[in-house]
Amino acid sequence: MPDHAADTPMPDLDAYAAAAAPLLGLTIDPAWTGAVAANLRVLHAAAALVGLFPLPDTAEAAPVYTA
Amino acid sequence: MSATTDWSLAPASDIAGAVSEGTVGAREVVAAALDRIARIDPAVNSFTDRLGERALARAASLDAARARGDRLGPLVGVPFAVKNLFDVAGLPTRAGSRINRERAPATRDAALVRRLEAAGAVLVGTLGMGEYAYDFTGENIHDGNTRNPHALGHMSGGSSGGSGAAVAAGLVPVALASDTNGSIRVPCAFCGCFGLKPTYGRLSRAGSFPFVGSLDHLGPMARSSRDLALAYDAMQGPDPEDPAATARPPEPALPDLDRGIADLRIAVTGDYFARGGDPEVFAAVAHVARDLGASRSVAIPEAARARAAAYLITAAEGAALHLDRLRSRADAFDPAVRDRLIAGAMLPAPFVERAQRFRRWYRDAVLELFRDVDVILAPSTPCRAPRSGQTTFVLDGIELPVRPNIGVFTQPISFIGLPVVAVPVWLDGGLPLGVQVIAAPWNEALCLRVAHHLEREGVVRAPVAALIDAPLEGA
Repeated sequence: MPDHAADTPMPDLDAYAAAAAPLLGLTIDPAWTGAVAANLRVLHAAAALVGLFPLPDTAEAAPVYTA
Repeated sequence: MSATTDWSLAPASDIAGAVSEGTVGAREVVAAALDRIARIDPAVNSFTDRLGERALARAASLDAARARGDRLGPLVGVPFAVKNLFDVAGLPTRAGSRINRERAPATRDAALVRRLEAAGAVLVGTLGMGEYAYDFTGENIHDGNTRNPHALGHMSGGSSGGSGAAVAAGLVPVALASDTNGSIRVPCAFCGCFGLKPTYGRLSRAGSFPFVGSLDHLGPMARSSRDLALAYDAMQGPDPEDPAATARPPEPALPDLDRGIADLRIAVTGDYFARGGDPEVFAAVAHVARDLGASRSVAIPEAARARAAAYLITAAEGAALHLDRLRSRADAFDPAVRDRLIAGAMLPAPFVERAQRFRRWYRDAVLELFRDVDVILAPSTPCRAPRSGQTTFVLDGIELPVRPNIGVFTQPISFIGLPVVAVPVWLDGGLPLGVQVIAAPWNEALCLRVAHHLEREGVVRAPVAALIDAPLEGA
């Protein structure tokens, strides 16, 4: 989980994007890599913030909100 | 209204009344709207398709129905337009993209288009939007940017930029739009108009192009709360073609619109919603709160985390929706959208699942607040409309990218599907600001009552833009 992120250095997201792209069947033009990695940094920070919140194991996902 | 009324600028309620009474024909009203669109829209760039032939034929059929003595609907003769992610028979549903316009034309209108037309309204065109709705700016590299009618050098807001601009420019009294993270409420704030993002599941999304299924809402925008309620009431009702649509019967807002606010407990959001924006944003909330006598404050718990979770879910679900297109047509996307979607595709699944589990906790915590209050006020955006092309802004002394941060105050609310009416506030000589009037699920009518009260008091208003490209004070 990303709750380790606050205490660990930012991973090499350029390398992550390069490795993940073929797994997803995506081809990333080298000119796009910087922007993709920048977006991954924002997502990583968001995941860290959410991951720091303690949730009980019984907290079920709400994939579609029902009011 | 007199014989000299400019029907292209009339409220929907006046148009429907006049057409019902025979004061004016639907064809005359629609022709006036089409003429104004032809004259004004080249400066604003809100329309992507004009449907003059269809609209005039439809209007003529309404006039014929009246001549026969048929029963007419509550929106008879009212011109409206829709964000171009709504299906319109005969048009490819482009959803702001280049790729989708190669699709086969839709064979049937979207559910909400059919419902508005069943109530007598007349579709006159489709409206521009940010590509695939992943946008808060109203900018589009394929169709050109939609300009803010109140200051043409500024953003309209997005992703429903065409809807906000068309309403603010007086091109249509009502427009339909979508809101996943703020795409109705942001252009309402920037363009100075009213908008309703209903409870998740309230209005059918059948026949609209999705973005994030678990966050997508559709709703109306207008220049008055009464027009908003008219359109909203006409569109309610279950729909088996939308898996998220509620089975609840319609709960019309119009009958109680004039009931006032004496029985409502209204609070202002503090904490997260009271920082991270320009001072006038919070002044707008205070302005509205003062009129409503809302002296208490509530703290929506963990709003920053809710925004982060909405951001993650949006990235992941949006990327999953577009993965095949990213594989085969990546070069046909707007680069800003493409790079966000590619990153979203790479999100590890546990991060997204965690966000969904947090969503459950957050929903329960926020619903708890509504035991003590009926309505909560919050700002819509952290700033007034930025200049077109602006990529960064400074909030609380920190320079941030514009595109992802315009929705900081809207995302934590739509994340759990709460109903909101966005109301336009004009504090000074500058551009408008927006305030969110938020209620518990299924209480859209309360939001509309508050908006209507504010409008009657002169605290909020949605004037037609004068359409001058002069920088306004405070803009």
